[in-house]
Amino acid sequence: MEATLKIQRFNPDTDEKPYWAEYQVEVEPTDRLLDALHLVKWYEDGTLAFRRSCAHGVCGSDALTINSVNRLACKVLMRDLGSTVTVEPLRGFPIVKDLVVDMEPFFEKYRSVKPYFVTYDPDPPVERYQSQEDRAKFDDTTKCILCGACTSSCPSFWGNRDYVGPAAIVQAHRFIFDSRDQGANERLEILNDRDGVWRCRTIFNCVGACPREIDVTRAIGEVKKLLLFNRMV
Amino acid sequence: MYHSYDALIVGAGGAGLRAALELGQVGSVAVLSKLYPTRSHTGAAQGGIGAALGNTEEDLAEWHAFDTVKGGDYLVDQDAAEAMCQEAIEIVYELEHWGLPFDRTPDGKIAQRPFGGHTHHFGQGPVRRSCYAADRTGHMILQTMFQQCVRHNVRFFDEYHVLDLLVQDGVACGVTAYQILTGEIHTFRAKTILFATGGMGRMFKITSNAHALSGDGPAIALRRGVPMEDMEFFQFHPTGIYKMGILITEAVRGEGGILLNNDGERFMERYSPTLLDLAPRDIVSRAIYLEVQDGKGIDGKDYVHLGASHLGREVVEAKLPDISDFCLTYLGIDPAVQPMPVQPTAHYSMGGIPTDIEGRVVIDEKNTLMPGFYSAGECACVSVHGANRLGTNSLVDILVFGRRAGRDMARYIRENDFVPLPSEPECDACDEVEHLLSSSGDESVADIREDLQATMMDNIGVFRIESQMQAAVDKVHELQERYRRAGIQDRGKTFNTDLLEAIELGYLLDLAEVTAESALARTESRGAHSREDYPDRDDENWLKHTLAYRTESGVQLKYKPVTITSFEPKPRTY
Repeated sequence: MEATLKIQRFNPDTDEKPYWAEYQVEVEPTDRLLDALHLVKWYEDGTLAFRRSCAHGVCGSDALTINSVNRLACKVLMRDLGSTVTVEPLRGFPIVKDLVVDMEPFFEKYRSVKPYFVTYDPDPPVERYQSQEDRAKFDDTTKCILCGACTSSCPSFWGNRDYVGPAAIVQAHRFIFDSRDQGANERLEILNDRDGVWRCRTIFNCVGACPREIDVTRAIGEVKKLLLFNRMV
Repeated sequence: MYHSYDALIVGAGGAGLRAALELGQVGSVAVLSKLYPTRSHTGAAQGGIGAALGNTEEDLAEWHAFDTVKGGDYLVDQDAAEAMCQEAIEIVYELEHWGLPFDRTPDGKIAQRPFGGHTHHFGQGPVRRSCYAADRTGHMILQTMFQQCVRHNVRFFDEYHVLDLLVQDGVACGVTAYQILTGEIHTFRAKTILFATGGMGRMFKITSNAHALSGDGPAIALRRGVPMEDMEFFQFHPTGIYKMGILITEAVRGEGGILLNNDGERFMERYSPTLLDLAPRDIVSRAIYLEVQDGKGIDGKDYVHLGASHLGREVVEAKLPDISDFCLTYLGIDPAVQPMPVQPTAHYSMGGIPTDIEGRVVIDEKNTLMPGFYSAGECACVSVHGANRLGTNSLVDILVFGRRAGRDMARYIRENDFVPLPSEPECDACDEVEHLLSSSGDESVADIREDLQATMMDNIGVFRIESQMQAAVDKVHELQERYRRAGIQDRGKTFNTDLLEAIELGYLLDLAEVTAESALARTESRGAHSREDYPDRDDENWLKHTLAYRTESGVQLKYKPVTITSFEPKPRTY
């Protein structure tokens, strides 16, 4: 099938502002959008810049705004995108070049929520035991690949870049609800803030954007509930 | 720009990050990666990490070591395998202590399941040894390692592409790297350097490997005079998604999935009566190839079916959620209902930068060290995988030898001072970059790469024969010649991935050359190196490791003995 890619281009060395460029590509309906971007880059315009690595939805490099929705370019097929596909860099992050954005502010938020296992008891000689039920409580949020699709889709984040954002809350949730972890109160302290969970207005964009199908708004809601009704001590 | 660290780690997958965690207390350490660390391909590993915990049935590290040696068709250095399998146990407990969310048994222990080639009582039958978190074990390991690095404030240089290894009087003393954001070349001085850059599967057309896996570390080492060990042994994983190469984990078969030909026959019964579908990967890949050759591929095509629907939706969704997602996304197939179309996919390089058991790089058949230089993970060859790696052993390898390398680097840092850098340390890297940026050549990087990938797939694949391997050698030489006339379009400074793809292609070409030459020279069949013209293993002449050097007059091959401790080589049947 023939498809038109309408790609937002910007080179900071030569362009004053972003512009749209169109490319015709001949693709298989089952090709990924990433395959189509490669056709442009490899055979038409080598200056096109985008990130990618694994090409099957697990590394999180190629989150883009595709037909106005945030997805991974390697996890959406051309047949599902129509004959004209608009491709933009993730919204809300500074553009570096073409489809590449500066992810540093995103990772800074990530680091701010203590996204690591905290215990104060000594380690046992073998594994800590955990029931299957306790393990299931945080399973959903362990799937996050830090692609940024959720945070970049969030109107609350667009409105206020200080908002810690859904991805960082997902990462905090993964530890707060892990029965083995002892750092929940420290993280709740961080998230109990105007720019923490309370900035979330349950708009649900993040849920639609997540390529790992994490129920992000639910995870944020669970953190809010814990803060309101059942603070861990 | 100039930087100085006691320890410099190139690559932020499992091996690099695990090493970094050993070094923070000892000296200054930096990790540089051409990706953000969480994009590393460790995250794509699915099925599990092998360790004889014995959580659901009796298991011993000795059995694990035996399976590793036999799985590697006796080309494994047995002292290294024994150490790895012993340390695997504490490595898994360590992961759990760092919070890794393993699946659990009903009584709360780490869950374990069977995997290809892993047996109890030295080959009597399958054993549950693979510790897992659904089919995203690698993702969990990468996340856990990165989390610990964040916790310990490890210094990262994200999106820095390594260009060169600096060596002065035979001592490794730094690297140069290209900052992707700015196009600036940075010089890093270091007492110790660890290359943990991962695989090189992108030299093949059908591969499970990420685009980033272009063998940067090994190729740079090769250009600096370090030989590549056992490059002829490249693993084809039997179950890649048809045409795409995306990995479908062996855990499907570990959970009870079976391979079927066009007649609906479970053909592994004929090839491996004891382990059936859980035979090691080289054996299963050959079986699929032979079925296809025999006209028993599905609808006469070059793939077979992997059936999991008989396991029931509950098992498929709970234990194999990601591969279900891949099949639905890319094929529109629900594995709980329909079989998956699979074919062998280029997956893992058993060969690489030769190291000893502490991760120290050795540069000849007498195991002479290159002081200061270390390597771990897929880019290294210890050798614990020999001629064929067992499933789950790559995750064991990266963590055990990442840790060992880190510990020995800590010792080296305490005992040694910095050595002076060569004069104008960045000039070789600058020349390479300048050559590409200013080239008026009309050869396309994409075309050369496509030719390379097709050549390697067709001629250095599951089965090999002299005429085809010779054709591959000749073709790679022709492509290297064309590569000298390669031109690129992007001549800018900012995020110039056009330039980087050209540099990566240069790496792949050099590694493909030593791979093809090493394969051509080895006149026997062993593990993943299976020759139609020499179908038998030949211990008398070939129980030895290949060392391939890059010289002015082409590739030069030397050999070194295999370390044998407990397990005398025997015929390999399953």
